[in-house]
Order: sequence, then structure tokens, then C-alpha cells
Amino acid sequence: MSPRPGFVLDVDRSTPPTLFWHGERFSLERLPEGSRVIYAPESIDPLADPSSAIRSALRHPVGDSDPLPALLRPGMKLTVAFDDISLPLPPMERPDIRQLVIEQVLDMAADAGVDDVALIVALALHRRMTEPELRHAIGDRIYDAFAPNGLLTQHDAEDPDALVHLGLTDQGEDVEINRRAAESDLLIYVNINLVAMDGGHKSVATGLASYKSLRHHHNPQTMQKSRSFMDQHRSELHSANWRMGRLIAAAGVKVFQIETNLNNDTFPPAFTFLQKREWEWGAKDRLGYLAASKALDRTPPRYARQIFRSVKAPHRMTSVQAGEVEAVHAITTEHVWEQQGVVVEGQTDILTMGLPYISPYNVNSILNPILVACLGLGYFFNLYRGRPLVREGGVLIMTHPTPWEFNPVHHPSYIDFFEQVLSVTTDPIEVADRFEEGFATDPWYIHLYRTGHAYHGVHPFYMWYWCAHALQHLGAVIIVGGEQAAVHRLGFRAASTLADALEMARDVVGTSPSLTHLHAPPILMADVQ
Amino acid sequence: MKALVFERNLPRYAASRVASIFGSGRGAGIGPLQLLDREPPDLPGEGWFHLRPLLSGICGSDLATLDGRSSRYFEDMVSFPFVPGHEVAGILDGGGIDHAGRALAPGTRAVIEPVLGCAPRHIHPICPQCAQGHTGLCGNIAFGDLAPGLQTGFCTDTGGGWSTAGLVAHSSQVHAIPDAFSDEDAVIVEPTACAVHAALSAGVEGGDVVAVIGAGTLGLATVAALHRVVRPSSDCTVVVGAKHAHQQALAEDLGADAVVAPEQLARAVRRRVGSLVLAGRLTNGADVVFDCVGTAESLTQALTMVRPRGRVVLVGMPGKMSVDLAPLWHRELTLVGAYAYGTEVPPAAGAPATAPTRRSFELALDVVSAAGLGSLVSATYPLERYEEAIAHAGAAGRRGAVKVAFDLRNRKGNTR
Repeated sequence: MSPRPGFVLDVDRSTPPTLFWHGERFSLERLPEGSRVIYAPESIDPLADPSSAIRSALRHPVGDSDPLPALLRPGMKLTVAFDDISLPLPPMERPDIRQLVIEQVLDMAADAGVDDVALIVALALHRRMTEPELRHAIGDRIYDAFAPNGLLTQHDAEDPDALVHLGLTDQGEDVEINRRAAESDLLIYVNINLVAMDGGHKSVATGLASYKSLRHHHNPQTMQKSRSFMDQHRSELHSANWRMGRLIAAAGVKVFQIETNLNNDTFPPAFTFLQKREWEWGAKDRLGYLAASKALDRTPPRYARQIFRSVKAPHRMTSVQAGEVEAVHAITTEHVWEQQGVVVEGQTDILTMGLPYISPYNVNSILNPILVACLGLGYFFNLYRGRPLVREGGVLIMTHPTPWEFNPVHHPSYIDFFEQVLSVTTDPIEVADRFEEGFATDPWYIHLYRTGHAYHGVHPFYMWYWCAHALQHLGAVIIVGGEQAAVHRLGFRAASTLADALEMARDVVGTSPSLTHLHAPPILMADVQ
Repeated sequence: MKALVFERNLPRYAASRVASIFGSGRGAGIGPLQLLDREPPDLPGEGWFHLRPLLSGICGSDLATLDGRSSRYFEDMVSFPFVPGHEVAGILDGGGIDHAGRALAPGTRAVIEPVLGCAPRHIHPICPQCAQGHTGLCGNIAFGDLAPGLQTGFCTDTGGGWSTAGLVAHSSQVHAIPDAFSDEDAVIVEPTACAVHAALSAGVEGGDVVAVIGAGTLGLATVAALHRVVRPSSDCTVVVGAKHAHQQALAEDLGADAVVAPEQLARAVRRRVGSLVLAGRLTNGADVVFDCVGTAESLTQALTMVRPRGRVVLVGMPGKMSVDLAPLWHRELTLVGAYAYGTEVPPAAGAPATAPTRRSFELALDVVSAAGLGSLVSATYPLERYEEAIAHAGAAGRRGAVKVAFDLRNRKGNTR
């Protein structure tokens, strides 16, 4: 039986309560009659034999590209770059897709007699991965073969010797990327394309870039013009990356792009109720929900986090394509839409969403308040094509505990951003103008980024810029069940229950508002007609 | 007439100390302090005048004494029984003479500079410190014609501000207050003088980053002093660690560039100076840190955020404490005490070496006037409600207050 497509449920009297994520917890909320709930499509059947599919993709590239074996020769310099810890979410069960793909690439390189091979984690300004995280992503065999010899490195956007400036785009944007990658005879980039934003020219132009280069598109103006950044053709973020990618190609950097799609199998069997629509829950699902929610309600947050950190997603690969960047990415994007797309008729006055415990930037860490904002206003709000799910001036209601809590190892500059920047202003443009440069050039943050496991000093700014479109669009943002001080510091309103939040929202959008709930994860993309 | 009298009574002293475990000022009712009938003290000699208190503040050092937590260092510098209260705004019913030798008409309102140095003790010749105007450093505070007592409010002969019977003030202590001053303005002059003295002791230079730990009366007055006295010639950045919301708002109003929660202060300083962090300490921190709390924790915090060869100024009264001084040694820090007041050389751009001097109190009068510091007086109580008053002062920050004072004007007080 083929998987069912996404679905928009109209809530009536017989509709059971709807599951809302609340960080490391869940709740069942009864939505007003007439509300809509958007469910993701069911998981697409995975590839029966991923290894042979990868091999086939490498041998039969798309676009203007030779098969990979034909691009490999003795004496060449080969670099394989791959996505970092931010993908996929949650981290997938072993073997990770990166491992499967890179093993095949390395086998072909060995067959061709290529000796000079280096692996680079495409961190951009993200934190460096730990050894266990790297072993999980690429497997022990690859790690042990490369890391001890210094051939597995993590991109360092602050090492001037390891960067090369390739020129300016026709818009005057600096293109500065990893020197090893740029000076290789062939750069292979291995992607995990979880959402439509991932991949394409963004892989190299962002993942291997410096702050000098990134600042041209990671800014509030670009984000406000990206509607949304999940829709490449209406995304200024992507336009800038495409300009840069084409300049990179024109500068002689030969990129062989590998992109992979995942299905929507997000949670392991213990949490199958999270994958299902509530009215289809069986006794086992109800029991699972009760057991999980009661246990988590009694578990201190730090232990609940540890429980969820151990969760590995049973994601399966649904497609793999390789070759020329733009041709590859066009296919990948189609597949993302096939798995995640849901047609939705019209906008809503109030959009609700339950925020889970994880975002791209807190794997094995804490979803701090800035990341809460980014997950809701940056990511979930932007999961649309056409028009935002919520109308201009509408209200976004999110459920999350939003603790005033940070991981000082991973997010040191976030702490200062929250304390010293958001206490002054929450306007993304003012934030950028007054504070960005100081944080971006702060030697302590640079030190921690380069030598520890810290996100770059400017990273919290990017998280805030990610919210810029939503902040401009929305009439109000309400967080249900959040720590008041933290919610207010974000510039949002705090409500203790969903009912209270709806009352507060009515003050903004009127007394008879329409309401839509985004039932994610699993991730979905709303095609708003 | 009534006065609160502090007597040497070890059982009561112990009881007060135990009660203070539950909060500063909680042991006032069972401690060595008692409300007794008292007559005005006798004038100790020529140059002394009776001063009838109008308002008298409750200071952190008073609380430490009442809690039994002040250092034993001071044991020989007080005489029992004494009437506390050294922050005094009063009235010279019989007139008097001020510190500069000016005659003051009966009914003149005045504040007292409470240090009991050589002049009030009729010691001749006066000590070198008093000769230079640094009366706070006088070494004769237990000698001469008066019983021991480092200040009015700790000396059995002079009386103190917590009294309707009044106290005696020597002309060298008397500063008339301007007519425009409210009594609240006047009672805040003494702690402001301490803050002025501290601000000028720190050697703040133009471009310095200055951190202030604590935003009680002394911390806030220090911010005001830095803004009004230091900044005109040495423009500095002032970052304040303040625990409570009302303190944060006041610090900002008084001239702080940034106000953060205490636990955020080191990070705020680090951001401003662009420092790294090593062993939990800033490698290049604030040029000057004012510790306006005076605890081991606050001093430790100060030592973590001051730059090498920087200066830590102790403004809040410390006691016996255990602090790791390794960073002080290793980073060649200067730890400066800033006690009371004296004679200052007000900083001025291009000032000659022989610039005129002014008393800390005179400068404090200017600061109080310019900054409106009288508004720091948050609550007043009649003497009869001294237990409530002292408990309120001990929990001032938590209860949204800054300065709590006794109202001796036959009023019921204002405990808003």
C-alpha cells in the first residue's frame, strides 16, 4: 500500500485531542471546532538497497558531469566535504547516510589510485563535532583511517591560512571558502537533505565559507526577503548562495554534488504515536503516549534531555542523486516535496505549533531560548511555499518550556547575546547594526569556536535573523508554558495554557479567528494556495 | 525622650547573631539594642553643639554590628553603651559653627561628618592624617577627651542619630545643608560622601572600564559619584551588577552604561574589554572594580574580573573572610580600601598640581543635589518600630527598598 499524502483535518466535536510537543514533554490539547490540523505525509518507502543506489548515482550522474570514477585519477587532490551534526534530526541510527556514501566514494577513489584524499566537516560557523559524533556520522573505519593522520579536519572559518578568497559576485559579495576544498582537483560534497533549504550551492558556499562571506546573506535584510527560505525560487538566501556557487565554479572549483533524501521515519518504535494521526491511535499508541508523557512529567529536565539525546531516528534513504550541483538539487527538492508537501487552502489567523526538544543547533545540547525562537519563527514558520500559513498580522502560538538555560560549552555567545543584546533591542536590523561586528570579532568566541565545541560568536545573531521574516509578518508571538522572564526577553508574550493564549490572541486578530495547527515533527511543508 | 541604645550584653549579642542566620536585621528585638529613655548627652567641651536628628539612616555597618557580624578589629574603637546612627540629618536648635568656622543660626539644618578624629577629641598637635585632612584615617580615635569611638554612632559620649534626645556634634563635623535640600536629601549625604571618596580613590582614567558590584545605597551612590565627579574629567564606562529590578533601574538612571544581574557582570565586562577567560578569570578585565558589598563572594568576583595591575576598591565594609588571593599576587592587582571620607582633590581636565581641595562631604552635597539621591530613601520608621525598620533595612533589596531611615520628626514614618 502506498503511503498516504499529507492531510488537513477539520476539527469537529468528534476529533480527539491533538498532540502538542512541549520540549521534552507532550500534551494533548483540544482545539476549537473549525480549527485545522496539518499532518505530514506518511513515510515514503525507502530504497531497498541503499548501497547499490549510491553506487549507481555516482556512476550515473545528472547534469553536466562525468561519472565519478571518470573524475578520479592517480596523483589528484581529492576532498570530500560533508554535512555536520546539524543533520539529520534527530541523529539517525547507524549506519549514517554520510558513512554509506563516503565509503563508496573512498572505494572508488582507492580503485582509481587516488592517494591525496582529505575529509572536511562542513561546519560553516557551527560548533566542532566531537569524536563520538564524528564516528557516528562517518563510521569507525573511515574515522580511524583519516583522523589519526590529520586527514579528517573540521572547517575553520577563522583560520586565514586555511581560507582562500575567490572573488566577488556581481552583487559585490565576497566569496571566501576553505582553501583545501578550493584547491583540490575535485571537491565532493555529501549532503543529507532533510528540508528544502538544504543542499544546492548552499552546501559549499555556506558550509565551507568564512564569516566574511557568510555575512552577505546571513543578515536580516536577506531573511526578510526570503519568503520563504524553504522555497529556493523565492529565497534571497538562495539567490545569494547561487551567485556564490556559480562564482566558485567559474573560479575553477570542480564540485561533484551528492544529495540524499530521507523519509519521514523520525522516531523509534517506543514513540510510534508521534508518527500517527491521533484518531488512528490504537491501544498501544494510547498506552505509549500515557507511559511516555507520565514518565517525562516526573523526570527532571536534565534527565529528560538525556533520554531524548539517546533517541536515534530510524530515517531511511529514499533517493540519492549525484553530479552537477543545480541538476542534482532540482531532483532533491522534488523528492523533499514529495515526502513533506501538504496542500493547504488559505491562510489562518492563528497558527499553533508544539516545539520539540531538538533543532539543528542543539544536538546533544540544550534548546536555549534563542533556539526556541529560531525553531518556531525561523524554521517552522518558514515551512511553507507560496504564502505563510498564518496571515500578516496574525498570531503564532508555540508551546515550549523555554527555560533560561544555556549550554556554556556549545553556546557561550548565546548567553551574552541573550543577556546583553536582547535586553536592549529585539529588532533584527538594530541588533545587526549595533552588536554583530563586536560579537563576530570577539577573540574569546573565536578561540572557543576554533579550539572547543562552541558555535561562532556571531551564530546567535543568525538565529535571530532567521526569525526576521516572521517577526516582520506576525502581529504577536505567544509561548505557552514558557519561563516568563525568558519569554519576555525574547519580546514575546507568555501564557500558562493554550486556552489563555487563544484569549490573548483574540485581542490581536479578533473574536472569531481561524486556527491552524502545524502537526510537526515529522516535518511537513505547507503549499499554501 | 527616647534612644536606641546598644549595650555590651553577650547573651543578647549571641541571640542576635543566631537570629541573623535567618536574615540580616532579624535579631533586632532580642539583640543588644534596646529602646530606652535618654536625656541629651552633655556637651564634651568647647566647640560642641547639640544636634536634634530629623532623619537617621540605617547603614550596612549598623546592620553588621546588630547582627554580630562585624569584625573584631573594631572592638577597641567603640565604647559602650552607644546610640547608633551616623547617617544623620538634624537641626541645630541652638545654632553652632560649621567645619569651616562659619557661624550657623539657631534652627539651621545640618549633617554631620561623623568621624571622631583629633579635632573633636581636642588632641594637640593633631595627627599627620588629620593635618592633611584625611580625618577618616585618624589614629587617635580611641584617645583624647572622648571615649573610644571611630565615629559618632559608636561612641558613648556623643550620642547617635537613632534618638529623639539628640546628639552632640563638634564644629569640625558640621556641614550646613542648603535650604533646597529635603531631609531625605540630607540623610543620604553621608553614604554619598563615602562613595565620592571611593570613586576618587580609584584612580579612574579616561577610557577605563569600571565595574561596580552591588547596587544598594553605597553601590548606587558610587555610580552617581563616578558619573558626577569622575566622568567630567575621565570619561569611563560603568558596568553595574545589580540584583533587583528597582536597583537596576536606579543604576541606569544614575549614569551606568550597562546594568546586569550580578552573575552576568563578569560576562558583561568581558564583552566590553574583549578579554579571554582563563581559569574562570578574565585575562584582561575591568580597569577598576568597586566592591560595594564587602563579602568573600563579592571580593572573589572582583578579583575574577579586574585586569592585570587593575584596582579593586573595597567600598562595602568587609569582615573576616576567606578569599583566594593568588590572582592578586599573580596579576599584580591593587586592593584599595575606601573608608569614610576626607579631603579630596576633585579631578579636572588640565588641573594644576596645586588644585584646590574640597571635603568629601562638600562634593557629596553637590552629587546628592545633581543626582537627586534623596529618592533613595525608600522607607522611614519611628523609633518605636525599630524592629520592623531594621528587618526592612536588612532585606532592603528584596523588599524593593534602598535606604531605610528612622524618622525622628514626630512623624509616624513612611513604610511604602
